Amino acid sequence: MSLLALEALEVAYGGIRAVKGIDLAVESGELVCLIGANGAGKTTTLRAVTGLVPAAGGRVLYDGADISRLRVHEIARRGLALVPEGRGVFPQLTIEENLAMGAYARSERSAVRADEERVYGLFPRLKERRRQTAGTLSGGEQQMLAMARALMSRPRLLALDEPSMGLAPIMVEKVFEVIRAIAAEGVTLLLVEQNARLALETSHRGYVLEGGLVTLQGEARALLGDPRVREAYLGE
Amino acid sequence: MDTFLQQVINGLTLGCVYAVVALGYTMVYGIIQLINFAHGEVVMIGCMTAFSVIVALAGSGLPPIAIVLLGTSAAVPVCMIVGYVIERVAYRPLRNAPRLAPLITAIGVSIVLQHLALLVWSRNIIAFPQIIQLKLFRLGHSDTSAAISNVQVAVIVASVVMMAGLLLLVHRTKVGIAMRATSQNPLVAGLMGVDVNRVISFTFVVGAALGAVAGVMVGTYYGIAHYQMGFLLGLKAFSAAVLGGIGNLAGAVLGGILMGLIEALGAGYVGDFTNVCFLDKFLPGFSNACFASPESSLFGSNYKDVYAFIVLILVLVFRPSGLLGERVGDRA
Repeated sequence: MSLLALEALEVAYGGIRAVKGIDLAVESGELVCLIGANGAGKTTTLRAVTGLVPAAGGRVLYDGADISRLRVHEIARRGLALVPEGRGVFPQLTIEENLAMGAYARSERSAVRADEERVYGLFPRLKERRRQTAGTLSGGEQQMLAMARALMSRPRLLALDEPSMGLAPIMVEKVFEVIRAIAAEGVTLLLVEQNARLALETSHRGYVLEGGLVTLQGEARALLGDPRVREAYLGE
Repeated sequence: MDTFLQQVINGLTLGCVYAVVALGYTMVYGIIQLINFAHGEVVMIGCMTAFSVIVALAGSGLPPIAIVLLGTSAAVPVCMIVGYVIERVAYRPLRNAPRLAPLITAIGVSIVLQHLALLVWSRNIIAFPQIIQLKLFRLGHSDTSAAISNVQVAVIVASVVMMAGLLLLVHRTKVGIAMRATSQNPLVAGLMGVDVNRVISFTFVVGAALGAVAGVMVGTYYGIAHYQMGFLLGLKAFSAAVLGGIGNLAGAVLGGILMGLIEALGAGYVGDFTNVCFLDKFLPGFSNACFASPESSLFGSNYKDVYAFIVLILVLVFRPSGLLGERVGDRA
């Protein structure tokens, strides 16, 4: 059984269907990416999975249960974390407080403290600045914080929306290093990314979205070699 | 000097009450950007509930302090329920409506609460039974020295304790961090597993509890209550919150205390400075008035309610974000 399965998912914004019936599956332990142009429905799909927008049709099965009618915090409490587009850090909270928010639903204090040390190990920059407010961080550091915060919830499935957006190339590389490290720890990942090459090189499998529909899917390596992907998304 | 000190003491006492009420406005504004105009009525209901309990127990032989505490412990849960219901019934359905809709609803809720209170407690001015023996502590050696009363001390101490408690709650506890996170980005707070609706309810309930205690303080300090008392009190506390920077807790405290001082000093001095004989020394045209009624002033202490709104207007003109506010509000 897949950890996450979308069955004919549809999402509409005021009568306009942005997602028109997507089938998608993420197996436990996998790193799956969603690529496609602007407006293809990638972000909308993630928003529907995490309950930020209601599904207009179809089902979202997570761990075997339909979560498409649950509220945002109920989905989050089941271990499905999202690092939203634009990072969404709390600018006036300190880094420590942002991380505490990540662990909001957890009660085991010592385990939370251990995880805090773990994410500080992954992101040493954050430890140095843990008493600063998040708004004072650079864009790349805020992306790191958003990812660290999501890890604090001990997610079973971590969804990342455009983690490379707006970052300097060196930061992009760092972000993807961390993504690989997280995957290596056994966390299941669903990655939405405009940088198709980087996404496919990092992932096990990929889906190509176009106009709210899945047009191609398969092993990431196969997609990298597919002439249609190469022409449309890799600029060749 | 004695008069000045006396007005400062009176102003501080009043300012503490304004600050506690202003915290209720600013907490709700901070979290959902709504001006809860019904908050003044919550304070009134707290005052009235305490009044009913105090009247019922006045002849019971219990020590006065116990009676007031029992009155308070009845007022607090009543107001918490009122605060919860207001949010649940009137504001939550309008969470995503245009900003003007909840604002008008708030005014409607305020009118509804006033008239409910009218039905329960009548339209008369209600006198609190004088169960607490007023004791004055002179701050000097003569009988005309400034004095602070036991009620004033109690009001100031209780206010400081509540304000400190609220700051601790908001800055040191998990639910406090969740409140601040929700005010900064409710969608992302939801992604962290925070039940945003519960945090918003909690904010209303805490604000209402503070309002209840403020109501008891006003009632015991002035000794009277009326079903419309929440209107002016609420408006002044709201002005105080705007003065300090609405949405900012420290700002509400600062704004409240300044507002109390402005009102007390205004009432104490503007009368003297606008006395017709005093003005006659500097300006032509007052000599007849000075001769006819040397005691009269252009603006007497009955103008005290005006100062709060002069301050509100000046703040809105010169510093719309308030003394400690950062964001300039473009919201209704």
